[in-house]
Amino acid sequence: MGKIQSHISDGIYGHRHNWFHELPSHIKIASVFTFVLVVVLTPGYFFQAHLSYALIVIGLLIWNRIPLGLIRKRLIIEIPFVLFAFFLPIFGTDPRIEFFGLKLSEPGLWAGWNILIKATIGVMMSLILSSTTSQRELLVGLEKLKFPKLLVQIMSFMIRYTVVVTEELKRMAIARESRCFEAKGPKQWGVLARSGGALFIRSYERGERVHMAMLSRGYTGQLPLTTRQIPSRQDFINGTLLPLAAIAVILIWSVFLK
Amino acid sequence: MTNALEISNLSFSYPDGRQVLSNVNIKINRGERVALLGPNGAGKTTLVMHLNGILLSDDGQVKVAGINVEKNNLFEIRKRVGLVFQDPDDQLFMTTVRDDVAFGPANIGITGIELEERVNFALDQVKTRDFADRPPHHLSFGQRRRVAVATVLAMKPDILVLDEPSSNLDPASRRELAEILLSLDVTIFMVTHDLPYALEICPRAAILNDGKIVADGLTRELLGDDELMKSNRLELPFGMHLDHIPHHR
Repeated sequence: MGKIQSHISDGIYGHRHNWFHELPSHIKIASVFTFVLVVVLTPGYFFQAHLSYALIVIGLLIWNRIPLGLIRKRLIIEIPFVLFAFFLPIFGTDPRIEFFGLKLSEPGLWAGWNILIKATIGVMMSLILSSTTSQRELLVGLEKLKFPKLLVQIMSFMIRYTVVVTEELKRMAIARESRCFEAKGPKQWGVLARSGGALFIRSYERGERVHMAMLSRGYTGQLPLTTRQIPSRQDFINGTLLPLAAIAVILIWSVFLK
Repeated sequence: MTNALEISNLSFSYPDGRQVLSNVNIKINRGERVALLGPNGAGKTTLVMHLNGILLSDDGQVKVAGINVEKNNLFEIRKRVGLVFQDPDDQLFMTTVRDDVAFGPANIGITGIELEERVNFALDQVKTRDFADRPPHHLSFGQRRRVAVATVLAMKPDILVLDEPSSNLDPASRRELAEILLSLDVTIFMVTHDLPYALEICPRAAILNDGKIVADGLTRELLGDDELMKSNRLELPFGMHLDHIPHHR
């Protein structure tokens, strides 16, 4: 079944034994979200506070043994924000300051830094969340946090059927190539478009069949929550540690920088 | 005693006017195993869709354990009729096998330890407990088909309806599924054009052709009637002779 399947089905989750891994998913999501919220609300000029946040994030990455290669790969998603952040000092408003021989906008530099550090911390935290929580647990967590049920269902179907549709796409590609088809240029786009159309119709029809199978087992519009994990008091306490660390960083640096 | 399934004078045509079922009549007793045979396009799957109210026809009647299949009774009907679809990828849509098997019973209000027990019971019946926490797409086709059976067994249905259960299975998976089906204490209505499989599992069979039930009797006798078989585009596989096949277990 190849690389794609295992990659999609397991996500980037890797099982380990530590309290952060074992935190009930809804508490973990809330904890990570609150941490990121505090980071986002911290003013950009609070340089030291941001560096402290970054140290916490790096500590979490090391503690949970998240591989460097994975971090590098996943940070690619941030590239558009990074580009935007680099343009800001060039096209930003006055006053301008000398920076490595270039005259750059001071507000632009602050805004660029602000975007860069916050986006990086945000992406890293989402990486930490998804590598310490299985896909199923993430869905359960979102549902427990009263995330719109329909969206959770859509995400669940996406996880399950991405593999099925990808396999179908691969089979279609093999069938095309077996009859000497090669996508060399725009002339072949028509064939690819028709394949895309066929895949869409097949997926649509599958959707109908899946719906019928669900109705047959008493589906009434809601996926029942079948997990019975009940969080302990310790879980709730552990869940507050991350947001409290972020708040402590702000308070400490506010006092120091006064 | 009420029949497990009773279909009387059922007719159905699609909105484009194509008549798929006409005046279908069949009664199945509790505990019976019945195969519905017929060539491609005979209307077998359409008939199956009527058994739990996915399709509803104004013309004729379907009763499950004496209860009419109609809009008001769908919840009760779907609790009693376990429908196993042809493609397990249509049936298994949750991210883990355990969640998928729990889906049906949870929908009918079973929770907690009872739900867990139901799931384990169903997984044990089809010998798939070891895969409980795996995503369905990590299983082989045969394993997925067995889990699909478990998803409806967990609802403890009165009647198990299987649409082409042997399709795409390798011989070993076919045999494993047959052993499981034969071990179940449940009424079985199996739609298939796999005649050896029908003979192995179901002592009784009915032939559906062109939307009509054209024969109903002992599977062995129907399959031995060359005239009947020929006129309904049914053929035993190459080399198969009924005389060489032992009678039902």
